[in-house]
Amino acid sequence: MANAIKPDATRRDFLFVATGAAAAVGGVAAVWPFIDQMNPSSAVLAMASIEVDLSAIQAGQQVIFKWRGHPLFVRRRTPKEIAEARAVSLNDLVDRVARNANIAENAPASDENRVIKPEWLVLVGVCTHLGCTPTVSTPQSPQGSYGGWLCHCHGSDYDTAGRIRKGPAPQNLAVPPYAFTGPTKIKIG
Amino acid sequence: MAGHTKYVPGSAFTRWLDTRLPILRLANENLVTYPTPRNLNFWYTFGGILTFMLGIQMLTGIVLAMHYVPNGDLAFASVEQRIMREVNYGWLIRYIHSSGASMFFLAVYVHMFRGLYYGSYKAPREVLWILGVFIYLLMVMTAFFGYVLPWGQMSFWGATVITSLFSALDQVIPHLGTSITTWLWGDFAVGDATLNRFFSLHYLMPFVIAGVVGLHIWALHVPGNNNPLGIDAKGPQDFVPFHPYYTVKDAFYLVLFLIVYMAFVFYAPNFFGNPDNYIQANPLVTPPDIVPEWYLLPFYAMLRSVPQKLLGVIVMGGALVTLLFIPWLDSSKVRSCRFRPLMKQLFWIFAADCILLGYCGSQSADAAWNIVGIDLPLVWVARLATLYYFGFFWVLMPWVGRIEVTAPLPESIAQSVLARSVKTEDAE
Ligand code: FES
Repeated sequence: MANAIKPDATRRDFLFVATGAAAAVGGVAAVWPFIDQMNPSSAVLAMASIEVDLSAIQAGQQVIFKWRGHPLFVRRRTPKEIAEARAVSLNDLVDRVARNANIAENAPASDENRVIKPEWLVLVGVCTHLGCTPTVSTPQSPQGSYGGWLCHCHGSDYDTAGRIRKGPAPQNLAVPPYAFTGPTKIKIG
Repeated sequence: MAGHTKYVPGSAFTRWLDTRLPILRLANENLVTYPTPRNLNFWYTFGGILTFMLGIQMLTGIVLAMHYVPNGDLAFASVEQRIMREVNYGWLIRYIHSSGASMFFLAVYVHMFRGLYYGSYKAPREVLWILGVFIYLLMVMTAFFGYVLPWGQMSFWGATVITSLFSALDQVIPHLGTSITTWLWGDFAVGDATLNRFFSLHYLMPFVIAGVVGLHIWALHVPGNNNPLGIDAKGPQDFVPFHPYYTVKDAFYLVLFLIVYMAFVFYAPNFFGNPDNYIQANPLVTPPDIVPEWYLLPFYAMLRSVPQKLLGVIVMGGALVTLLFIPWLDSSKVRSCRFRPLMKQLFWIFAADCILLGYCGSQSADAAWNIVGIDLPLVWVARLATLYYFGFFWVLMPWVGRIEVTAPLPESIAQSVLARSVKTEDAE
């Protein structure tokens, strides 16, 4: 006579499992919009790229533009700075990946792979440690020991190709996607 | 619990209410007749002070929110112009709130060190201690969100540096950390979206804290208070009712605390602040030295003392998480440091160590001490201090409890208290 009870129990079990499953799936489905609303909104994503004119920048000088809420460094390197960056062996680098959005993701961090034209170094000015803006090194006010940039927050030292050489930052300064639209005009983003 | 008097409603109305919602009974049993060890000293008054401070921060915060605008273009002016100059008494309410945050942390640190000294985390009070650590972590988050709101340079760059801690996860799984920071910011950098959500969370968190404080007090009232002797209260002779004994004692020290607090509010309202925060946030210029508020400096020093990003973040997080394990790290049967000659010394070294770490965190990244002509970089001082911080909890605490010869414990609280009063009578 056990069968007389069983159908009832199975039906209850079925309802129990079905309700539980629906609640679990529904719960996840309900939570997702609340998580995803935190991500950048379409207005933020739709941010236009910027175009900048470089002709006014002198050799040895850096100009900062604003791109995607971040500082963007454009540095017109002197032949000496370029030579210094090119003399560095890959083995001496902390981060051996180019971090250049315009070329392959795993390209080595040679100076050639950090620029489109050697004279113009274009970088996102965000220290890869915790996001401060590094200070540029110039002959008038040298910063750090590699002639590039020094981040004052926790002492990350970058060379004249924007590659990390010393300090807590794990990566080279990022090269944003950009292209030359004229001899001295670039479009970023 | 021993000595618990039963609440007897006094009037027809309270009798009526008591059978429907026994809220007066709850208040009576927890705030009036609650049996409290008779030997609690000054250091035990900070629990009450902290509850008071939470109330003050909520009250002033709700008022400030009526005038504040959480918008990247308007936030700075809504604080410096509207609240500080235009709103009636806006300056006062803001200074009470901003200095209040520092006083709140001052009180919580005293409260935590007191718990550490008297072994208040030991069985059966482990859950009480852990809830306390949760409250502290919630306070840190609330303070961080709040510090961002005036949208000055320190607000902006502090927010950038702290949220970027998560980008260290890129070293575990590529892009994981960056996705998290983008998610936290709602943008590709700290910006308007970030400010808005921080405001929303800053308003929410105090209510969460209030909830956990309720649990904390509940967990306190089950085993009852620890006390400076660290021995269990055994009978009615060891207790006094909470009211009037401790309500009055708490109130007295609260007044002294308020005098110090108001001295800051009226005479040095920017004492704890950073002048850079009077410059509006500028995403293109980082201030020369980014420092957190004083109450987070020791952890900041630990972060900076490690030259590797992910490891630095792990050390800093580990310093906080360690607090949760203290009840099981301490192997001693004796609670109070009064009877632990070795632990007492290590405790004071630990307290000094925390202050030293705070000092290191306040100095610039490349600062050095010049000792007899030799430059000792502060980062090395911070490294040693960090080592002691972890060593104290993970090595000394488990070890000292096993080898230490403790002083004899008094028979009971009452006996110890009475013996002391006899001694003072003899001396007179
Ligand atoms: S943010 Fe640049 S070194 Fe830390």
